Amino acid sequence: MSHDTHEEVHITPYSTYIIILALLLVLTAITVGVTVIHLGTFSVAVALFVATIKGTLVLLYFMHLKFDNKLFLGLVAIVFAVYTAVIAITFIDYLSR
Amino acid sequence: MSETVLKAGSAEPQYQPSYLEMETKHKGILSWILATDHKRIAQLYFFSMMTMFLIGALIGVLIRIELMAPGRTIMDAQTYNGFFTLHGIIMIFMFVIPGLPAVFGNFVMPIMIGAKDVAFPRVNLLSWYLYVIGGIIVLTSQFVGSGPPDGGWTFYAPYSVKSAANIGMAAMGAFFLGFSSILTGLNFLVTIHRMRAPGMSWDRIPLFVWSLYATGWIQILATPVIGITLVLIVFERVFQLGFFDPAFGGDPILYQHLFWIYSHPAVYVMILPAMGAISEIIPTFAQRTIFGYKAIVASSLLIAFVGYFVWGHHMYTSGMSDTAKWVFSFITFLVAIPSAIKVFNWVATLYKGSINIQPPLLYAVAFMFTFMIGGFTGLIIGAVAQDIHLHDTTFIVGHFHYIVFGGTGFAFFGALHYWYPKMYGRMYNIKLANIAWGLFFFGFNVLYFPMFVAGYMGMPRRYFDYLPEFYIPNLISTMGSWFLYAGIILMIYNLVKSRKTGAIAPANPWHGVTLEWSIQSPPTYENFDEIPVVKDGPYKFK
Amino acid sequence: MSDHSATQSHGLVHRDDEGSKLGMWLFIFTEILLFGALFIVYSVYRFKNQDAFHAAALNLDTVIGTVNTVILIVSSATIAMSISALQQKNKKLAITLMVITLVLAFSFLVNKYFEWGAKFHHGLYPGAEHLMSLGHGQNQFFFLYFFMTGLHAFHVIVGMGFIIFVMRQVMRDELTYNNYTRLENAGLYWHLVDLIWIYLFPLFYLIH
Repeated sequence: MSHDTHEEVHITPYSTYIIILALLLVLTAITVGVTVIHLGTFSVAVALFVATIKGTLVLLYFMHLKFDNKLFLGLVAIVFAVYTAVIAITFIDYLSR
Repeated sequence: MSETVLKAGSAEPQYQPSYLEMETKHKGILSWILATDHKRIAQLYFFSMMTMFLIGALIGVLIRIELMAPGRTIMDAQTYNGFFTLHGIIMIFMFVIPGLPAVFGNFVMPIMIGAKDVAFPRVNLLSWYLYVIGGIIVLTSQFVGSGPPDGGWTFYAPYSVKSAANIGMAAMGAFFLGFSSILTGLNFLVTIHRMRAPGMSWDRIPLFVWSLYATGWIQILATPVIGITLVLIVFERVFQLGFFDPAFGGDPILYQHLFWIYSHPAVYVMILPAMGAISEIIPTFAQRTIFGYKAIVASSLLIAFVGYFVWGHHMYTSGMSDTAKWVFSFITFLVAIPSAIKVFNWVATLYKGSINIQPPLLYAVAFMFTFMIGGFTGLIIGAVAQDIHLHDTTFIVGHFHYIVFGGTGFAFFGALHYWYPKMYGRMYNIKLANIAWGLFFFGFNVLYFPMFVAGYMGMPRRYFDYLPEFYIPNLISTMGSWFLYAGIILMIYNLVKSRKTGAIAPANPWHGVTLEWSIQSPPTYENFDEIPVVKDGPYKFK
Repeated sequence: MSDHSATQSHGLVHRDDEGSKLGMWLFIFTEILLFGALFIVYSVYRFKNQDAFHAAALNLDTVIGTVNTVILIVSSATIAMSISALQQKNKKLAITLMVITLVLAFSFLVNKYFEWGAKFHHGLYPGAEHLMSLGHGQNQFFFLYFFMTGLHAFHVIVGMGFIIFVMRQVMRDELTYNNYTRLENAGLYWHLVDLIWIYLFPLFYLIH
């Protein structure tokens, strides 16, 4: 058993959470605002792009990936990569039908 | 490694109460069904699984008798549909998928890495309960509602959402079984990450444990996909939604995508732990270090990873685009490479070894033989052009039985003969075990090989009836099933009888060197008096 | 070895915080793939019925959707801050923040209730004649809308239960400044609920 439970405890200051919260709210406002302007086919891309930035902020700061054991960060990256690959391969079928 | 461990124990090992006879908070049956000890949970799984296996095998024999001659033989067509569906659901979801991880993974994995239990013992017990609940739901679905589920274990839409038979309930049962599998995988991953004994670095983990690690990832990443897909099927049946029904604009091919996104990786959930068990048996009975430890580890991880992206080869004839077909076909051929690496390594390990022919090794060799036939026929149907001809014929049935029964099944029973003395502290009758193996292996090949021939001639799978020209291969096949079943019964008789009357087994009957052989048989509740310190890699024989 | 002590102890002898957090993450991965499968279904049907999806999305109330998004994001921040509070031995603040999280979660569900109610009122539910008359594409949109937001709402309820469970333990001092992993895990689960909504929101409410 690896006894590294007593590593230094990281306490995230409240100010960090407030800043991230503000960023998330701004990004939400942006996505909602963008739908008013008609970007046509780009609107999906913009919506997903903003959502991904928001998701990354949640993962890194709220879910502590930035401060925790880097193993978790690596695993999350792999899982998302595998999932993206699954979608891409599924769409090989639908895009070429 | 073994010497260091033996030093930690006493020079004159004193027999201590084993996990089988220890006193616990609860008495009698409760001390088993409320057990959180990994070894007791392994036994719970083992008995429930063998029960399901025998039911599934019996149904298999009945199916074979029905197909012995053209036309109705012993059952009507609808019963036949229900039987092959139940046979598939039982064997896939209740025997081969949980098989090696839940029984032998639970029993030996913590010991192999020098731990006292898995990371979450209570979650481990919960997995078993989910398994039992799922099993009960599936079996109940046979007797209630509007008739036993039909249409096969794949629940293909739109038939599964339209059939009047009791498919929704069976799908719910499979959902619970999937949940059980996820929790087992999660538990094992955390255990392997966090609970290794001091010195048990990643490059010293026994190969069976490595294979469970790769399997765990597939279990947690692929199983939820089928879980939610089956829930969609249930909702579609109950609430008249139309996810996959073309009458509502649904896309049945999307169902097949989602189904196989899980169910192809599930094939690797079945076969990877089997390969892991073989990688334990072969060095022990050759008394020789495994050849290419790192290559075997890498190939396990590669199989798990690449295996995630080949699901489309089940769908060449379903109406997928041609581009998707060749992409899937290409990736499918890639999986053959790591699989072949393992076979080469096993053969190279046996080469010039001091081979000791015992039942576990016989099963391992049978595994290699049948797995290779299964693998090569897999390449044949992995090619799109040939698969167009062979799809949905008994060729496919032969192929996947050679993989999941000839592969996982032989490895399961090989592992059982290998770890039996450790599990029960008794030895079985070797001669009888060899005879049972012979019947088993002979019956297996007689049963499944003719399916390749009949399938190549064009006999469709899953049909109740067939044309007279397929009579001979079917007759041979059915006769093979009798030998196979006799072998299984003989094997079980031997193992059950030896449980009480067999000779007392020593701690290390096969002269293995992984950690489980360094402790007494059967192990104590805590496995180790003192947590061992590992100083060297596995499989160092003198 | 005394058998009695053995039954109590083993496996639970030492606490492995990293291990239980790893277990939580692995569980989150399965949840991601669970919703991931539904996102695949969504993207395939949206790809096949682009115009119908646009038309159907006009029936969704962007205002309620936005309000719910803000609610979830704020609740995500409050649960995260309650961990910091507990780490700094400020039990009172930690509990207050958890209560705020729960109140926000509950108001999310109340909004959802009225939103779903309005859809039913307008005949936009599976099996309704009005919805059936709108054609396959819009049907698929609403099947997915109900199924995915419904499954998400189910996760909101489970997450609330998890938070209540750990809140009780904080109150009883079973979780403290040096033993807070279970609170962290409840937080992780709650952030997952937020994370999924971050994708659900633009994909259902913001197609115009």
